[in-house]
Amino acid sequence: MEFGLSQDQILLQDSVKKFLATEAPLDLVRGIAAKEQTDSAVWQGLIDLGIAGLLIPEAQGGVGLGMLDAVVVAEALGYAICPGPYLSSAIMAARYLTDAGASELLPGIAAGTSRVGVAFAAATGTRSDTNIEANGTTLSGSSLFALDADADGYLVATKDKHVYYVEADALARRALTTIDCTRTICELTFDQSAASLISDDASVLDSALYAGRAIQAADTLGASQCMLDQAVSYSLDRKQFNRAIGSFQAVKHMCAEMASQLEPCRAFVWFAGHAFDDAPDEAGLTACHAKAHLAEVGQFVAKTSTEVHGGMGFTDLVGLHYWFKRVGFNRQLLGSPEAVREEAANLQALCV
Amino acid sequence: MDLSYGQEYETFRSEVKGFLDQYADRQPKAGSGPRSDTTKEWQKLLIEHGYHSRTIPKEYGGYGATPDILKSRIIAEEFSNAQVNTGFSGQGISMLTPVLLEMGTEEQKQTFIKPTIEADMIWCQGYSEPGAGSDLASLTTKAELDGDEWVINGQKIWTSTAHLADWIFCLVRTEPEAPKHQGISFLLFRMDTPGIEVRPLVDMTGTANFNEVFFTDVRVPKHQIVGQRGQGWQVANAILGHERGSLAPPDAAMSRLNGVIKLMREETINGERVIDNPVFRDRLMKLQGRVLAMQYNDMRLLSANINKNQDVRLAGMIVKLLGTELRHEIECLGIDVMGEIGISYGDNPYLKGNGSWQYQYMYYLGLIIGGGTSQIQKNIISERGLGMPKEPKFAASEA
Repeated sequence: MEFGLSQDQILLQDSVKKFLATEAPLDLVRGIAAKEQTDSAVWQGLIDLGIAGLLIPEAQGGVGLGMLDAVVVAEALGYAICPGPYLSSAIMAARYLTDAGASELLPGIAAGTSRVGVAFAAATGTRSDTNIEANGTTLSGSSLFALDADADGYLVATKDKHVYYVEADALARRALTTIDCTRTICELTFDQSAASLISDDASVLDSALYAGRAIQAADTLGASQCMLDQAVSYSLDRKQFNRAIGSFQAVKHMCAEMASQLEPCRAFVWFAGHAFDDAPDEAGLTACHAKAHLAEVGQFVAKTSTEVHGGMGFTDLVGLHYWFKRVGFNRQLLGSPEAVREEAANLQALCV
Repeated sequence: MDLSYGQEYETFRSEVKGFLDQYADRQPKAGSGPRSDTTKEWQKLLIEHGYHSRTIPKEYGGYGATPDILKSRIIAEEFSNAQVNTGFSGQGISMLTPVLLEMGTEEQKQTFIKPTIEADMIWCQGYSEPGAGSDLASLTTKAELDGDEWVINGQKIWTSTAHLADWIFCLVRTEPEAPKHQGISFLLFRMDTPGIEVRPLVDMTGTANFNEVFFTDVRVPKHQIVGQRGQGWQVANAILGHERGSLAPPDAAMSRLNGVIKLMREETINGERVIDNPVFRDRLMKLQGRVLAMQYNDMRLLSANINKNQDVRLAGMIVKLLGTELRHEIECLGIDVMGEIGISYGDNPYLKGNGSWQYQYMYYLGLIIGGGTSQIQKNIISERGLGMPKEPKFAASEA
């Protein structure tokens, strides 16, 4: 019995961390926020490390690893708030296409020649102001909050959980500004856009959504851990009343509360990843719970870490707000904590 | 990640199940005290089969198995599934026996361990004092040597089984001139020694879960000391960490949470089942997520016992803090879903579940405070877990 990461998983995480330490510094995030840089260079580096094809079977040019490996990478990406389409292309699209047995697009994703975005909002919470209508081989209507404004094509879900693939040049796209600049969001408009049905199996979409939620939980864990580390380190440097503020019990208790909320999340997120490959019956429920729980813990850590930094935490000088916003983005996307908890209740048939 | 226990352990699991099938009807009935014959016979049967005092060496009356955390876990799981009594386990067994094995003399081990694990000798723990709670090392109950005897004067509090106990293991100040951590000794003595008075301490649950114990010129043989004079703090600390995590086991929290679900399916508000009320349901789901986090954290801790390369220091430190607060909130939801019936207590005919929701809600507030308060836990987590500095002493900060 061993509950923990394997040597290979630790090495994988270390290699991603090492790469990100030099290739995804805070300056890159600032550059993207100022629209002076894009995520393409760092994403290319991750493609070269095999991250884009992590979940894709070797037969399709991927690395053929499992969801726990993907979770471990997500933790590292979250820690560095690394920009790029990991969640959309490498996880949700790759997983959907693999499960649906639609292998044509997979080699392109793994090789990095194709970024596939996901427009699943119609299935996770339909808005009254958007609607997608499928008509044989075309789609019409619009989808809000599609992940990745720079994708080469999109997997688009309809309300009844059928999923189509649409090339980017067959649709109109408008980037939408969000709080978080590290992942891009857009509105897609379809006007009899050429679309190919990938699958009408709702369970394939559910599984991709669960995978996305498990990865968001891991991303929030990483980002929150970094915020805690920054808070502790700042509290040891910053002096007031002739003492490091980290020697005041009020500040120590804030840090202890962050650490104690966060630490069990590590085991939780690992299990959420593990479940996809080894306890599939529990995967959906665990992913929903992990997503909602990390949303709450992440929000607490993001607020508390900012407070430990005092006025500086509120400024752009320290840049802590980029982590704050990454955590906030994860909280809302693919379902608010309340919505995801309700799904967890339904998965257990609690109200029957 | 490999969550299977493996063939050897599944075989062991069937053995445990076989034992339970064969002997479960010999377990003591609910409410039989530790002095009853069935309790003692059951205790001996458990030890004989290795389901109690499993790793205590044979020469001291135990089963003598090498420590195997998975086997201990399987025993706990199977007894819990079958809802069978796991035997008597007072502070003498959980706290004193490990201390004696580590720090006791051969004579002390021979004298005390066997009767203790067989429930023939019941102990209480004399640590806390009215003036020494979180700052336990400032305790002032003193013991002075007079010839071949210690003469003890002072008072202990929160002594949970003092009214039942035959013996006490007690921290006393023997070197008043030494720094506070170096002036304490660890003594063992009989509770029927003249000069000891036990007064029950009724708490908010309405029950006397604890006692106050007063010592007036209590005379104790000089050799009844564990470790050296002045070493008592180190002796006691060899096991204090063990107490904290065990106050809040996550599997018990999940079992209580499932009790809340059952209650929510039975209780109604204006004709609607509570489980169908989305506000209550969201509270329930939030708690379920938190319990799951603690259960996986617990599996990680279990795993680190077997795989020594895993670093789980922080994961272990947070269990008491999070677990007791979480349990308090679960019990609170249990009360809230009952609406006005939630205020029932005692002999109220509308009381549900024997009043356990109300009782545990209050009892867990006691556990949030006891065994190292939540605030002391946060000091420990920030200092030992995160490497933050200790609070400076007053004199130092004024200098």
